[in-house]
Amino acid sequence: MSAPAPVFGPSREPSPVVGPPFWLLLELTYRCPLHCVFCYNPTDFANVGPELPTAEWLRVLREARALGAVQLGLSGGEPLAREDLEEIVAEAHALGFYINLITSGVGLSEARIAALRSAGLDHIQLSFQDSTRELNDFLSSTRTFELKAQVAALIRKHGFPMVLNVVLHRLNIDHVGEILEMAERLGAQYVELANTQYYGWAWHNRELLLPSRAQLERAEATTQRFRQRVGAAMQVYFVVPDYHETRPKACMNGLGSVFLGIAPDGLALPCHAARMLPGLDLPNVSGQSLRAIWYDSPAFNRFRGDAWMKEPCRSCPEKVRDFGGCRCQAYLLTGDPDAADPVCDLSPDHHLVTQAVARAEQGGAVARQLTFRDHRISIPVVVEAG
Amino acid sequence: MTAIPGTARPAIAHGKRLQWEPAQEAHVLLYPEGMVKLNGSAGAIMSRCDGARTVAEIVADLERTYNVSGLGADVEAFVALAVEKQWLELRP
Repeated sequence: MSAPAPVFGPSREPSPVVGPPFWLLLELTYRCPLHCVFCYNPTDFANVGPELPTAEWLRVLREARALGAVQLGLSGGEPLAREDLEEIVAEAHALGFYINLITSGVGLSEARIAALRSAGLDHIQLSFQDSTRELNDFLSSTRTFELKAQVAALIRKHGFPMVLNVVLHRLNIDHVGEILEMAERLGAQYVELANTQYYGWAWHNRELLLPSRAQLERAEATTQRFRQRVGAAMQVYFVVPDYHETRPKACMNGLGSVFLGIAPDGLALPCHAARMLPGLDLPNVSGQSLRAIWYDSPAFNRFRGDAWMKEPCRSCPEKVRDFGGCRCQAYLLTGDPDAADPVCDLSPDHHLVTQAVARAEQGGAVARQLTFRDHRISIPVVVEAG
Repeated sequence: MTAIPGTARPAIAHGKRLQWEPAQEAHVLLYPEGMVKLNGSAGAIMSRCDGARTVAEIVADLERTYNVSGLGADVEAFVALAVEKQWLELRP
């Protein structure tokens, strides 16, 4: 009897036939009480139109489920800012989704967690910014550290699997050992140590967030020692920062392959950051069916297959594995969304990545200050070499 | 891999969910932010792991349903693998 293969993961070969959007992510709102410097939300989210009403979110759920979507992420912003979250969860549960709430924990009272439990929520992923109150509160520009610890206790008390997420960068990556010990104290079953990906606010703050190679190697060694000590009691995922790699990530398993995101204003996204890609006429769920958007819209077909690729990707045997890497990163770094992801050392633009890393090795830019995510600030996307 | 006694009662592990997905024509196991698509035999075994039936009872049910014999070793090996992967947990 052969072992079943995971559906998500880099080993999956692209199918010539367009499959269902297995993973549906609803970014219910851009409102968030936190101001994290590494947030991937667009830096001009203050200009995005009004949020979809409840009935539209429920229609999106029904149509996505009919297409075969099964994993549901509820995110944002802070999804708890939506007062109809329980109603959305209840409908999703009735439809048969496995429902993941991705939250800062702010607003998760005991009454609310109980209501979400009885509505059918399956799991809560709680974010921490650091193992120390000082840095957690500084990075998010809030006083939320104690509150998050209380929320972690509530998550356990109400029988949810405990999943902690910590975004890593130069300012906290040296605390990985303490972060893992904190996760152990809080009773986490899964921990995601997700190195910052440079989109949105994180792109704007990149020079101050990129870790050095020495920091990264220490953090990986610490994580490995921790894994050996705790064994199967906790699963620790260490998402490597691709700037330090020589091959790109298989972003989204290829755009239009398994992931469908819906932004607060109803824009349908083939990846979290796709709103910034030029010339991609993103469809809005208002007034059209999800089936038409997923299968027929130019935006979702734009990066399917490999006809869009340029050299060196087009003739590269590895294109079936990494799909040319991340389109948003290619655009941000080179100004061309069809270029090879410059993380790849076969890319003619790879020096843009190595130069950024070299600056990080020297301690990074000192002339700039961190910019905190804020609806009062609106920053246009600045492309590095465009 | 630890041996699975025939008297053990496997159940879907806490926080995970098994369901039939018509769009994939397969059983899938769902867990935080992930999904495993099961092949036919894995789906047939796991859909019988309800925490009430013993491994021996599951083997007998499968042999009866599919009109075959000698499935014991294969089923036990799969259950052991699934326990190791934390898809299943054993109830006494």
